[in-house]
Amino acid sequence: MKLTLNIWRQQGPNDTGQIVSYPAKDLSPDMSILEMLDKLNEELIAAGEEPVVFDHDCREGICGSCSMVINGVPHGPQKASTTCQTFLRSFQDGENIYLEPFRATAFPVVRDLMVDRSAFDRIIQAGGYVSANTGGAADGNALPIAQQTAEDAMDAAACIGCGACVAACKNASAMLFTAAKVSHLATLPQGQVERSERARNMVAQMDEEMFGSCTNQGACSAVCPKEISLDWIAKLNREHIRSRVAVST
Amino acid sequence: MSTATSGSSRPTTFVLGGLSSISAKLLMALTGTGLLIFVAAHMLGNLQIYLGQDKLNAYAKFLKGMPLLLWSARAGLIATFGLHLGLAVYLRRQNRRARPQGYVVDDPVETSLASRTMLTSGLVIFAFLVYHLLHFTLGVTNPATHSLTDAAGRHDVYSMVVLSFRNIYVSGAYIIAMLFLGLHLSHATSSIFQTFGLTGNASRGWYQKLGWAVAAILMIGNISIPVAVLTGMLGLPEGVAQP
Repeated sequence: MKLTLNIWRQQGPNDTGQIVSYPAKDLSPDMSILEMLDKLNEELIAAGEEPVVFDHDCREGICGSCSMVINGVPHGPQKASTTCQTFLRSFQDGENIYLEPFRATAFPVVRDLMVDRSAFDRIIQAGGYVSANTGGAADGNALPIAQQTAEDAMDAAACIGCGACVAACKNASAMLFTAAKVSHLATLPQGQVERSERARNMVAQMDEEMFGSCTNQGACSAVCPKEISLDWIAKLNREHIRSRVAVST
Repeated sequence: MSTATSGSSRPTTFVLGGLSSISAKLLMALTGTGLLIFVAAHMLGNLQIYLGQDKLNAYAKFLKGMPLLLWSARAGLIATFGLHLGLAVYLRRQNRRARPQGYVVDDPVETSLASRTMLTSGLVIFAFLVYHLLHFTLGVTNPATHSLTDAAGRHDVYSMVVLSFRNIYVSGAYIIAMLFLGLHLSHATSSIFQTFGLTGNASRGWYQKLGWAVAAILMIGNISIPVAVLTGMLGLPEGVAQP
């Protein structure tokens, strides 16, 4: 199949950048977006041009590296999937496809489609952990956790930190990511000790990174490859209120 | 997932005096709740127009008869509205700064028109509110209809409303403003529950439906008054002439 690829090309963080069109032919509908870019890059290199820079790692939909916006939707039109799991059969032969980097002040463009998402790392560093005192490892089943609680925590923990929520939100808000990370630990008994401190610090870091605020629109959850629910944002709001009124931290 | 950071060129933090984004949102929801309750009470009061001139004018006299309460309520409303509007502008500025450069192709998946236009609809409501106060409360725009008194010597609110709404432009302005109010409330009402953390996966849909119902009731209830005047359902009482 044939496609016209309109790709954001930007030399570096301080370059203005622009859309450049590339006609792509001899494509297989079973290629992923990333494989299509690999093929384009081989052709660009052969022609002596700079290849398109993009983030990728596992290519099996679990690492969250392949950040890009495809035709205005992070990770493309296919529901609950990453760019690497989005295949050309999702598009019409001859279609125009726009590939752009995630847009957020907190995610500065490094080059072309690659952005720096270390703002997420700093939110995790602010409290997305459980402190463990030294000593022997606890017995596996010494701390009983109800099945439903474990399932709920796992639903939140399914977040792969890809940043699609930020890219889709018109406010570039990181609420869904932060909500998933705060809630995952707030749901489990191991997370109780630092619960209030965690909510406070992670929300403060989220604001510090200049992510926008949540206006309850749901674009984040709709594009999330792991279908993280808006429930967790309601939960984060509760955790935030709790952290402000809790006396015991 | 990190690569080299270009941190040095980024603007510094823009958090208002330690107010977190969620706290700002909670204040938006809280002031919004106050305004929503006011709008509902205001409509219920106004709907007494259907009970006739005597009932509505008596209600107006009753409100005016409690100046301390009336002015406390007015002061509270102005403060609430000011905070709601100020926070809206503050949050929008933050959100603009969070994404200074948009997408070449942008597909607003999932989001509703109402949710994307909250500031616009809010500002239209604000402009309408200024006109509404100049019109009915202060009597600046239609002074002739504002100075009428009824047989009992009370301020004739009923005739003021009927005479004002006989003007198609005045009625039109009110009806259009109420459409914006309905749009605003259709997202605002369910949003309140989500911001306060009261929603769950099972209940979110219900809160959205509740939001639509609240918006529809308030919009239709208010719009019904100018429509009833224009269609002649609400007429002038004996002895009041069209000026």
